[in-house]
Amino acid sequence: MKEKKFSLATVHIVLIVLSLIFVSPLLWMVTTAIKPIEETMTATPTLLPSKFLWDNFPKAVTYGSKELGYIPFLLYARNTLMVTLLCVAGSVCSNAVVAYAFARLRWPGRDFFFAVTLATMMVPFPVLMVPTFGLFKWLGWVGSFRPLWVPAFFGSAFSIFLLRQFFRTIPMELSEAAKIDGCSEVRIFTDILLPLAKPALAVVALFTFMGTWNDFMGPMIYLSDQETFTLSLGLQAYQSQHGGTQWNLLMAAATVVILPVIVVFFFAQKMFIQGIATSGLKG
Amino acid sequence: MKSEARIAYLFAMPWILGFLTFLLYPVMASFFYSFTDFSVLRPPRFIGLENYKEMVQDEVFWMTIRNTFTYVVAAVPLSATVAIILAMLLNTKVKGLAFYRTLFYVPSLVPMVALGILWLWIFNGEHGLLNMSLEKLGMSKPPNWLGDPAWSKVTLVLIAMWGSGNAMVIYLAGLQDIPQSLYEAADLDGARLVAKTRHVTLPMLSPVILFNVIMGMIGALQVFAVPYVMFPNGAPARSTYFFTTYLFDNAFRFQRMGYASAMGWVLFLITLTLTFVALRLSERQVHYDRS
Repeated sequence: MKEKKFSLATVHIVLIVLSLIFVSPLLWMVTTAIKPIEETMTATPTLLPSKFLWDNFPKAVTYGSKELGYIPFLLYARNTLMVTLLCVAGSVCSNAVVAYAFARLRWPGRDFFFAVTLATMMVPFPVLMVPTFGLFKWLGWVGSFRPLWVPAFFGSAFSIFLLRQFFRTIPMELSEAAKIDGCSEVRIFTDILLPLAKPALAVVALFTFMGTWNDFMGPMIYLSDQETFTLSLGLQAYQSQHGGTQWNLLMAAATVVILPVIVVFFFAQKMFIQGIATSGLKG
Repeated sequence: MKSEARIAYLFAMPWILGFLTFLLYPVMASFFYSFTDFSVLRPPRFIGLENYKEMVQDEVFWMTIRNTFTYVVAAVPLSATVAIILAMLLNTKVKGLAFYRTLFYVPSLVPMVALGILWLWIFNGEHGLLNMSLEKLGMSKPPNWLGDPAWSKVTLVLIAMWGSGNAMVIYLAGLQDIPQSLYEAADLDGARLVAKTRHVTLPMLSPVILFNVIMGMIGALQVFAVPYVMFPNGAPARSTYFFTTYLFDNAFRFQRMGYASAMGWVLFLITLTLTFVALRLSERQVHYDRS
């Protein structure tokens, strides 16, 4: 017993040291963000700022501020939010419907097509890049947001898989009983299965939110006009133009980009962890 | 056709269309484009195997292959090790599991561009947190993380290890699935921690490890955003110029979409081969005896 207590204490110490290592870069980012510029440039940097310049946040995100050059962050935030919300809506609707077909209905070719669907997760994005760009070019959509959100309305293998696993855990008897009562397939889906699937749909919504908010390559391929940039693209443009000078404002901007993701995570933590665990375990 | 099937096809329609438009068509088309000379400005012109022949001669191509493989070989096992160790530490019935789990997980949420910028600041030679700490610990000449070709890839691998929280969550769930009776049996046999890890934990976790390592490998082969943000044009000395960066440059900067498509197919084949090899090599090591 004594030995066990001792080893648990060791585990605690190791965990504390490790979590400090994991968190310190983010803490350093936040403390840098509220420092005066001189304090980011000293030979022996201090951990905490001498005074907390909360001003740096509005300064970093204000439209066309002098300090940041031309980085209309609020506009970029609006662009990002719009694309993200459209993707979340599209992904939740399309994947729910498709996963229902894979999980609860019988149709010729279903199992084969599902295997193919899983296999597509292995196709590297760079293989698809050129023809997909060509397709959107042909449609005249390059430069608009459409290439970024329209595909979300046509399902994604990963989310279909996740939702199918969930739909399969709901007893088939439920659907059969409803059918005997004269319920149509569409009604069974909308009135019985969908309400039950809310937690799984939330996981899909979360993953889509994170993925779109973080996406860098997509916006870089399709958006060229500064006015249409997303936050990732704007941050990158700012860094490559003025990087390495005003670290405090740059860190403030980075904090603003990271914050929504972390806030969303904290509110939906349990759901999120479950979703990740499921996706990795039953593969 | 039975009515259930008809409705089912209707339900599956978004994905049938999506699969045809955004997967099957691009995969086929890029295969065709890989045999052509093609850009946004020129229509595709069939040139046979020229792109592939050029690739064999292309020194930059081979350099990106070497860079990418070096990165994959270091980043994938190291981040898997970190993730497994963290998961095992959290699986000790230690108090505050949810709290620690969150702390380890949050770094893997950070958007790539912000991540790159954040690490530029940490690794900064003069004012960065890391070298400042190393100097305090007594290292007189800490490495030039961003400017020295010998260290730039180490930098990226460290960043990958920092982001292993996602895999940690999956491993932790896998560990919690291992029946407690196995450990009790091992205890009766007098097994110590190392023996239990080797003969119970790792074998029971092996399917999860295999799945994660394969997915990690597929992801690492496509490494793009973080080096793109941190090391413009693969600096220093092209030590961080990776396969996908070169492919992207060919497609959208050099207007060589045929060549980029050929590279895409090479990446596809590499991915398939490595996955197949990983599955074959692990056949005897992986235990699928959980029901």
